[in-house]
Amino acid sequence: MNTKSRRFSKNKIRVLLAKAGLDGHDRGIKVIAMALRDAGMEVIYLGLRRTPEEIVNAALEEDVDCIGVSLLSGAHNVLYPEIASLMKKKGLADKPLIGGGIIPEEDMARLRKKGVAKFFTPGAKTEDIVRFIEGAVRKK
Amino acid sequence: MKKLLKELFKGDKSAASRLISLVENDEEKGKSIMKELKPFLGRAHLVGITGAAGSGKSTLIHGLVGLLRKSGKKVGVIAIDPTSPLTGGALLGDRIRMQGHEKDKDVFIRSMAAREGVGGLSKAATRAASVLDAFGMEVVLIETTGVGQSETAVKDVVHTVVVVLTPGLGDDVQMMKAGLMEIGDIFVVNKGDLKNAETIAKELEDLAAMLPQREKKPPIIVTTATEEKGIERLLMAIMAQRTERMEIKALLK
Amino acid sequence: MAKKSADAIKAAKDHWSQKFLRKDFKLLPERLPAFTTVSGFPIEEPLCTPADLADTDYLRDIGFPGEYPYTRGAYPSMYRGRLWTMRQFAGYGTAEETNKRFKYLLKKGQTGLSTAFDLPTLMGYDSDHPLSKGEVGRCGVAIDSLADMEALFKDIPLDKITTSMTINAPASVIFAMYIAVAEKKRIPPARLGGTLQNDILKEYIAQKEWIYPPRQSIRLITDTISYCVQNVPKWHPISISGYHIREAGSSAVQELAFTLADGLTYVDACIKAGMKIDAFAGRLSFFFNSHNDFFEEIAKYRAARRIWAREIKKRYKPKEAQSVQMRFHTQTAGCSLTAQQPYNNIMRTTIQALAAVLGGTQSLHTNSMDETLALPSERAVTMALRTQQIIAHESGVANAIDPLGGSYFVEALTNKMEEEVYAYFKKIDRLGGMVEAIGQGYPQREIARSAQWYQQAIEKKEKIIVGMNEFTEQEEPLEVMKIGPEVEKKQARAVQAVRKKRGRRKWEASLKKLKETAEGDENLMPSLIEAVKAYATVGEISSALKEVFGEYKEPALF
Repeated sequence: MNTKSRRFSKNKIRVLLAKAGLDGHDRGIKVIAMALRDAGMEVIYLGLRRTPEEIVNAALEEDVDCIGVSLLSGAHNVLYPEIASLMKKKGLADKPLIGGGIIPEEDMARLRKKGVAKFFTPGAKTEDIVRFIEGAVRKK
Repeated sequence: MKKLLKELFKGDKSAASRLISLVENDEEKGKSIMKELKPFLGRAHLVGITGAAGSGKSTLIHGLVGLLRKSGKKVGVIAIDPTSPLTGGALLGDRIRMQGHEKDKDVFIRSMAAREGVGGLSKAATRAASVLDAFGMEVVLIETTGVGQSETAVKDVVHTVVVVLTPGLGDDVQMMKAGLMEIGDIFVVNKGDLKNAETIAKELEDLAAMLPQREKKPPIIVTTATEEKGIERLLMAIMAQRTERMEIKALLK
Repeated sequence: MAKKSADAIKAAKDHWSQKFLRKDFKLLPERLPAFTTVSGFPIEEPLCTPADLADTDYLRDIGFPGEYPYTRGAYPSMYRGRLWTMRQFAGYGTAEETNKRFKYLLKKGQTGLSTAFDLPTLMGYDSDHPLSKGEVGRCGVAIDSLADMEALFKDIPLDKITTSMTINAPASVIFAMYIAVAEKKRIPPARLGGTLQNDILKEYIAQKEWIYPPRQSIRLITDTISYCVQNVPKWHPISISGYHIREAGSSAVQELAFTLADGLTYVDACIKAGMKIDAFAGRLSFFFNSHNDFFEEIAKYRAARRIWAREIKKRYKPKEAQSVQMRFHTQTAGCSLTAQQPYNNIMRTTIQALAAVLGGTQSLHTNSMDETLALPSERAVTMALRTQQIIAHESGVANAIDPLGGSYFVEALTNKMEEEVYAYFKKIDRLGGMVEAIGQGYPQREIARSAQWYQQAIEKKEKIIVGMNEFTEQEEPLEVMKIGPEVEKKQARAVQAVRKKRGRRKWEASLKKLKETAEGDENLMPSLIEAVKAYATVGEISSALKEVFGEYKEPALF
């Protein structure tokens, strides 16, 4: 669906974006939030240092189509699996969980097996993220 | 849908969430959901919290939710932000200031984009409030960005309108003249730690006194939401109006 | 310069432009639709001449190094007398591991220490706090109590080297620990030299590692500055930072403007706290980024020194020359490094380091090439250090003082950047000053806008990043440094042991005294030093202060 028809459509794609872990680097996630908004999506931005419980509860209340979590502190091996498992517990396992930040290749592979749908790391283009989310939502 | 309604009455957040999406996106389904919910409405005190962006509404609401929970009341929050006219998308960031209730099943927070709502409350937001009402919420706080005259439609939907102002955010007195003086049931001057706060509160009092159609003076409360000052008084003012406002609304139906 | 000569040159240039440049462009059109610096500053003029500096008076505006307005350098002899300090940021895992890395770097020729702390420490949490899960020792060294600090500086002569500590919200706690460690080594505070970053305003703007609200945080900072003025005179109690503002996506001008505005805010706060300008202004230091645009960065540093000197002189009329002299540390831009073809980062860092040196930095950290993937490996950090050593000893740029002074382009760019900074100063003043501007989200929004612009420019290929959006390749993953989960377990056990071992009464009394002092307006440093000596942990002290000061919540701004 192109931008123009998205603008007037009733069914907006809703995405939850949050930062997990203790770091405060929100440059990337804010740029992504603006890009998603410019692509016609409704972006619920939860801010910094959110716990897995906060993120999943918000995703539930907001009935989002996708959850995006950015993590640049190194705690990814602990936090992404926690978020994925909580999503499963609350019935949100069908929503894609996408991740971003400083994550080594081998950790990404392991985390994808644990429930992260896709990682967007330094150098990723915002249009790729938009396309991925639109694709994932269309599939349903 | 029948299943969702059953789950809603059992207190399932997931059902409430799905139903809000349905009333937001689907006119037909929305209508029939409203029909089903009608007999279960009327418990919730709907409070509109309106004011310019940056006036601290979200922080005030966070404070109110905390106090309401302490007194055992179930609270719903609907936070509305504008939709970009260019792209149709929206950045909904009010939840940033409303953290800490994720484990509480008696708090439900929903962010909504204004979408085609030109001002005041869209039909979707009104219906979402009804879903939360039927869900069992005793108070539903609805946060909207006041843009002068366009916010007056809020008054037709909610029981109590709280208008939030802050010193230094442009000409607050102008805002008064744009119709908010008439629709506000309670006025809040937030960021009370700033030097103009008391002055604005005084100006409001004078303006309120000038309005002929008001028999009772609306409460004017100075708060500093970030330091949790004045929130209790605000809540008391809201609760004081609850019975009266809800009765009036019921009569007007 | 005389108007006649300026006019003659202008006329000659117009002639050259019409007759020759234009002809050249007809054959080979300009390479890009518009030329801007990396941060978007327009470079409209392809060539600068003395006429572009017609209004610049050498003695008034450029002057001599070590003399007002300091455009050419902070000190008279600059690198002819002494090279910049090569100070590589280090820290990871436990204090013992970082102590090893410190000793390694000193052996390789580093001349000062720079400490990186992990996120729990930076945020005031102990290693066994629930929010510390997965974070301990990952971005820096884990420090929970004085015991860790003692291990960190074991066998390191604190009276012979200078130490920089990159920490902000709990900076005064860590500083108290440093003083206590020195005391144990029988080194009086008066012999300690180093820097504490301690700049909370840029946290609210860019890095977002805060604990307490602004007013109380500024009080902690003025207390630290005042304590140093009295007791630790060789120490720089604050490093007013632009690095993080740039990393968050700002332009070079924004980095400069917001940093200087923050600096002036701190000076005001110190004056309000009763200090005299000449007592503390000479101890303030700065910290800038060095990004890819070679000349923009050099112009930025020169403009920085000149603007700071002028503003301090104008606003506070100090008597000591030192009070208007800006000294700064520089770090090459982390945000310019790519994960793709990481070896390219060595070249980027080299260019950025060279710019910092030609800009007259007092100390320099060069990033390692693998830092987009993980904390630097030993090999990578050594190469980063060697970069500085090659510039210092092989390139010859340190042989003449401020060799780029007088370059028509550099001086013109310095002047232009200065103009833009003053435009920002005006805007900030209109909003009521920096603290108010931050409260309204002004610098944060400006930065987010620049970041968005930059990302779009890259995606549209208006800005080329070699190896990332152009000249790309299929690549093999690089071996990177890993921090295992054992660090967290070890550290959690260690802090629990400290809590068990310490004297309970002394600990309780020290925290009580701390809270009382926080509620009053006495200087907090002495009670912080007592608390750390009683082995109160970073988390316990931060929580105690949180009870009095409150906690800062992220504003819902975008």
